[in-house]
Amino acid sequence: MHTFGYRANALLTFAVTALAFICAIASFSDKFSNQNPSAEIQILNINRFKKQSHGNDEVSLTLDISADLQSLFTWNTKQLFVFVAAEYETPKNSLNQVSLWDAIIPDKEHAKFRIQVSNKYRFIDQGQNLRGKDFNLTLHWHVMPKTGKMFADKIVMPGYSLPDAYR
Amino acid sequence: MGWIGETVDSIKSIQIRQLFIQAISLGMIVTSALIIWKALMCVTGSESPVVVVLSGSMEPGFKRGDILFLHMSKDPIRAGEIVVFNVDGRDIPIVHRVIKVHERENTGEVDVLTKGDNNYGDDRLLYAEGQLWLHRHHIMGRAVGFLPYVGWVTIIMTEKPIIKYILIGALGLLVITSKD
Repeated sequence: MHTFGYRANALLTFAVTALAFICAIASFSDKFSNQNPSAEIQILNINRFKKQSHGNDEVSLTLDISADLQSLFTWNTKQLFVFVAAEYETPKNSLNQVSLWDAIIPDKEHAKFRIQVSNKYRFIDQGQNLRGKDFNLTLHWHVMPKTGKMFADKIVMPGYSLPDAYR
Repeated sequence: MGWIGETVDSIKSIQIRQLFIQAISLGMIVTSALIIWKALMCVTGSESPVVVVLSGSMEPGFKRGDILFLHMSKDPIRAGEIVVFNVDGRDIPIVHRVIKVHERENTGEVDVLTKGDNNYGDDRLLYAEGQLWLHRHHIMGRAVGFLPYVGWVTIIMTEKPIIKYILIGALGLLVITSKD
């Protein structure tokens, strides 16, 4: 009952249980943070809008993205993964989400930013439905914690549209 | 002379009973571990409710050796979710983020493209020959939570199987030599 083995076992079990408990509480504390992020996106230019050789529409655009996501950082946050997606509807597909740009924000100081960037990933439709198409630009973020539950949320900004003809 | 035979017999019977009790309690421990694992599979709706991150393609968010808790629900797959999927022909599941979703109007089927945060290009190189999109049946779960560093135990045991044998041997020895 008092050998080294038993004591080591008891100590290890208690340490692991306590650690698991602390991780759970750390994750739970994220529920109480006050969050009010804001963002604004403008389309500066449509660089290219054409039909590819195998028939799908492709757009290349330059975006001006400004956002203040500082309130999303808590002491349990490791990083914030942010991305902008274009969301639209076509006759064949009830929902299309195409990610145009993403970034990793490692800390609170970098969470308030304004950048002008052209789309990192190609905006290609399944079909030729993009002429004159109205779409939403949604800023999504994914809070990746130091331990525990991950949260994701988004800001939807409707009202963008593509030109009626290819360029 | 008779009582020598009696004591020998009683010792022998105790040994056998002890042996059986130890074997059964070992079996109980293994079985309850299995029950917990299967129950987790039921609750999370995923075939593997906990996975270990094996590569650095999602750094700095998930490093090699972290474990991820998965959950699978009937909710539609949306961009930004971190999903675990199996490619046909490969048995190691991959944990990456969804960057493109095209969902069909009538059938609700969905085409999904994924990419690791730390990778330059999307996952089309990882998919099977000629496959451009993932479908719902490839996806085993969504990552909903994670614990850092805990998965190193599994990685070490897989990459150096000798440690696994040493561990099981030591456990077996412990069970046999302990009195209760």
